[in-house]
Amino acid sequence: MIRKRIVKDKLAHGVMLAMTLLSIVFVVVMAVGLYVKSAPVLENRSLWSLISSSQWKPMKGEFGFLPFIVGSLWVTFLAILISFPISLLTAVYLTEYARPVVRKFVFPALDILAALPSVIYGVWGMLVIVPWISDKVARHFVDFSSGYTVLAAGIVLGVMVIPLLVSLFIEVFSSVPAELREASLSLGATRWQTAKKVVLRKTLAGMLAATVLAISRAMGETIAVLMVCGCVIGIPSNILEPCYPIPALIANNYGEMLSMPLYESALMFAALILFVVVLVFNLLSRIILYRIERSEA
Amino acid sequence: MKVSRSKRTEEILFKVLMWIAMGIVFGFVISVIWTVFSRGAKAMSWDMITKLPGGGFYIGKEGGFLNAIVGSLYIVGASTILGLLVSIPVVFFLNVYLKKDSRLAYVARLAFDVLFGMPSIVYGAFGFTIMIFFGLRTSLLGGIIVITLLIIPIFIRSMDEATRNFPRDILDASYALGATRWETLKVVVRQIAPGIATATLLSIGRAIGDAASVMFTAGYTDSIPTSLSQPAATLPLAVFFQLSSPIPEVQDRAYAAALVLTIIVLLLSISGRFITNRFSKNKL
Repeated sequence: MIRKRIVKDKLAHGVMLAMTLLSIVFVVVMAVGLYVKSAPVLENRSLWSLISSSQWKPMKGEFGFLPFIVGSLWVTFLAILISFPISLLTAVYLTEYARPVVRKFVFPALDILAALPSVIYGVWGMLVIVPWISDKVARHFVDFSSGYTVLAAGIVLGVMVIPLLVSLFIEVFSSVPAELREASLSLGATRWQTAKKVVLRKTLAGMLAATVLAISRAMGETIAVLMVCGCVIGIPSNILEPCYPIPALIANNYGEMLSMPLYESALMFAALILFVVVLVFNLLSRIILYRIERSEA
Repeated sequence: MKVSRSKRTEEILFKVLMWIAMGIVFGFVISVIWTVFSRGAKAMSWDMITKLPGGGFYIGKEGGFLNAIVGSLYIVGASTILGLLVSIPVVFFLNVYLKKDSRLAYVARLAFDVLFGMPSIVYGAFGFTIMIFFGLRTSLLGGIIVITLLIIPIFIRSMDEATRNFPRDILDASYALGATRWETLKVVVRQIAPGIATATLLSIGRAIGDAASVMFTAGYTDSIPTSLSQPAATLPLAVFFQLSSPIPEVQDRAYAAALVLTIIVLLLSISGRFITNRFSKNKL
């Protein structure tokens, strides 16, 4: 009887260990799979020419990713520029100032923002942001803009990133011990001074990690961006021009490219770029965040 | 007293800025919800959610998007069950079988963080490659597999969070009574049940709203799939594809589908909050 229970325990241990290991291996499998698939295009062209050329002519076998990379960077940069100050101020208020009543209203609002699917943000962007840009904003700067621009994608993406940033900031800020705040307050510092000189200064690394995570989230976002970015191949010279970020490229062309092996390989290479960026960014920032969490415990 | 005045001005200035920031957040929430509801309500009708696309649906004739609703439910239902089956043991393993400072647990958590952050388009592209490798075509099965892979990290991360705060004494009490670790699972599962429930709602929300991963794996069809090898339509893709049509009637259906999707997601999110609040109150 006892032996049976122990065997069961050991068996469960084995199975669970296998499942856990499998999930770790899955990351590797994904990397290898994407690499193998993108190998043909990497053999054909040098890595440098792939990412520095702006000639995208799949039919002629020319694959220059520069427009897409620049598009992704523009959109991501704008999204962070918009979401960072809003999220930071909101998070400071929620951790340093807010009474529980306020939190009761703000948290569900952030929950909703976090829960809404990408495609809904896309719909919102097309109905609200795009017309706003083409009717109100663009006419002050250029003759005509359809509204499907870098700016539209940046705004939509910025809104999508806010809940993630706020929750990470809150996590980081609450790792600062209460005694430090009390010491600062008892010396006569105001709450904002305490936030600025104690909390923010002490959590610089954590804030950086949070921002890097948000950047990697913004870079991979597909459908919402695809719906508002305009999808015109070219390097945007200002934020009122359309762009074509990497995820949009994959989503728009996958399925069509099956007849052309090199084209498929090029799109897999695009996925590989995303994979590598997300992997590196996530590892870096998570390791920093774990350190913070540990030092707190 | 000049210093103190500037101190106070700065304090007030930043307090105002914080209020503005939160106002903007609320503004965004209200704007998104209002847009989807007002535009969707105009286009909504009973036919939309009870009928399949009829002949000439895509030139604005009769029919609804029942195919997408059912397809989404099939995919989400199956992958939620599969996801739970994989993630409960993993979470249990990380928190009970492994010691607190275990190296393996650290690496595993990092791996799940990376998978959690992976964009769904990468899952989609990778999933598609795998399917081709195994000779599968776009199908319900493909969609289920990719969505399962997509939500497992979400499941694990949020359940892990709930389990980490779980009192160790209960484990010790169970061991002291002679239970093996496997038998202690029952105790743990009961303790973290609210955590599992919230994690499930969160995962369903992500699973039902994700478009990029099912685009190439589940495909799209006008009928309800009757077997795993047939393609399946999904709600987010119903919004996406119909919105790209130039015909206003077809676009209207996209807005109606967006409304349905939003209502589902909002309900999930609200009940998740409710469960968290309800049970965290009782815990103390």
